[in-house]
Amino acid sequence: MFVNWKTWLFLIAVLAVAGAAPFMVRAYSTEVLILFMINLILVCSYRIPTMTGDWSLSHVVMMGVGAYATALLSKWWDLSILLTVPLSAVVAAVVGLILVTPLIRTKGFGFFIASFALGEFVRLTWVKFRDPFGGPRGMIGIPSGELGGIDFFEPVPYYFFVLVFVFFSLLVMYRIDRSRIGRTFKAIYTDAELAESVGIDVPHYRALAFATGAFFAGIAGSLLAHRLGAVDPKNFDVTTMVYLIIWIVVGGTSTFWGPIFGLTVMTFVFEWSRPLLEWRPLLFGGILIFFLVFLPGGLESLFGKLRERFFTRKPLGKGSAGSSGT
Amino acid sequence: MDLPTLIQTIANSVVAGSVYAIIAVGLAMAFGVMKMANFAHGEFFMAGAYVVYVFYALLGWPFPAAVLMAIPIVGAMGVATERFIFRPTRDNVMAGFMATAGLAFILQVLVGQTWGVGLMRSVPTPYMGAMDIFGAKIGWQRVLVLPSAVVMLSALWFFLYRVKAGKALRACAQDPETARLQGIRIGRMTMLAMAISGASAGLAGALMAPIHPVTPYMGHGVILTAFIIVVMGGMESIAGAVLAAVLLGFVHTFVTTLFDAVTAQMVGVAIMALVLIVRPQGLLGRVKA
Repeated sequence: MFVNWKTWLFLIAVLAVAGAAPFMVRAYSTEVLILFMINLILVCSYRIPTMTGDWSLSHVVMMGVGAYATALLSKWWDLSILLTVPLSAVVAAVVGLILVTPLIRTKGFGFFIASFALGEFVRLTWVKFRDPFGGPRGMIGIPSGELGGIDFFEPVPYYFFVLVFVFFSLLVMYRIDRSRIGRTFKAIYTDAELAESVGIDVPHYRALAFATGAFFAGIAGSLLAHRLGAVDPKNFDVTTMVYLIIWIVVGGTSTFWGPIFGLTVMTFVFEWSRPLLEWRPLLFGGILIFFLVFLPGGLESLFGKLRERFFTRKPLGKGSAGSSGT
Repeated sequence: MDLPTLIQTIANSVVAGSVYAIIAVGLAMAFGVMKMANFAHGEFFMAGAYVVYVFYALLGWPFPAAVLMAIPIVGAMGVATERFIFRPTRDNVMAGFMATAGLAFILQVLVGQTWGVGLMRSVPTPYMGAMDIFGAKIGWQRVLVLPSAVVMLSALWFFLYRVKAGKALRACAQDPETARLQGIRIGRMTMLAMAISGASAGLAGALMAPIHPVTPYMGHGVILTAFIIVVMGGMESIAGAVLAAVLLGFVHTFVTTLFDAVTAQMVGVAIMALVLIVRPQGLLGRVKA
């Protein structure tokens, strides 16, 4: 699969750092690391629908579907955590497929608004139906899960459990990015009509991208529900969605690494801005506007520019293809 | 449902529809000219309510004067949004929209930190008493919303169809390039559209301030409703937005009375999804070539 020795070296280095990390930091930071890992799946999964140009505003709700599925599966049927996580992902993917059926009839602006509204519809069903979903206050008492006698209530074992899922999820998403399907997604983004004229079934691939994104968002939601032990419909509202957009805008979307980079930077900003709690949305809103107005390609485009200036003999000339224009 | 309740509900529907119309017309108008929606439109509504709170409840101005103040103040916010957010991000549909989501955060924090987050600000009702129709009581404050909406929409109609600048605005919405060839300044027109858009949201917020709980987060529910209306009406059709606003006003109020507010929102979204599937161009939208 990986022919390049550099890739191997890189993977081993990343895993070594990730494996050592929980032993280097305080317990509180391990919790932050777990959330970071879960958000890593979320932010990378969000990039899949955006590859086709569909900036869905219901992606956090898809994560919520995974979280609620986990809550129901583990509370009613007492399923093992090894089953709840993949099953929740499947549920999220199925809900994603249902939602995307009307959504693919819209594009551009209509898509943003319609995805926002349909996401709210799903979220409002959780608020409305107290019986299975717990109503406006959500559900509590979701087990942390255990595996072979190891209790995942402890942060460090759970960290490694999450790490396994993060590793394989990111691996698959990286392969999707590089595969023919990933290139098809990008082709739809670049020019949907041209893509259609060369025989790409555009609605099919847009639906596929959306459902794939929902699948991985479901994994993230499931892992989150097990960690928090509770689900709350407020956690999956449009405010959370805007935070997800901030991560991905800060990083950029034209490469696989952009969202990861954006999330890393913004996690540090989030932790450092803890003393200014009430002012944090203002800070993040300002960052979002700043990036969209002055650096629409995100931080990754900055790297591209630097590389162009210092390391390449002949200019690349292309810049980032991601967030510029439609 | 007995007769007074029915009349009461119909009256409430008309009031809700009028407010929705004032809000959504601004959103549809800005969309028509810029092909861009303002995610902070709900926060503009909130800003209008706070203008009334400050001028009427805190400074003791007469209520109509405070409402009229909301129009230039929130209109100016619209102009600033156009100048500093929409204009630099003009060639990217996603960027302007997302950036106004950031603006919504900023406005919420600024208002919350200035006037407090916790308790809602109480704006005393300037017009006490209620109108009595067949046993149904409708507060004068609510009755006031309907003529305000009619005046505002008529003024807008007059401006768009009888005034030169308004005709230029419509030309811009129909075909920006041809409009530019006629010597219409696109930049001016987008600014004007955002001024009207902001003013409409501000006016609605100002009128609702004594009725609606005034909090920094009151824009949240508004934006979803406004989006549903605009999508139902056909994105850039102003007449479509008014029609959809009245329809949704009735649907929301009746479902809220018979069931509850959450169900009403869900029904609204479901109707929008249905419109998107059956008639993606909206109720009065035209199919683009």
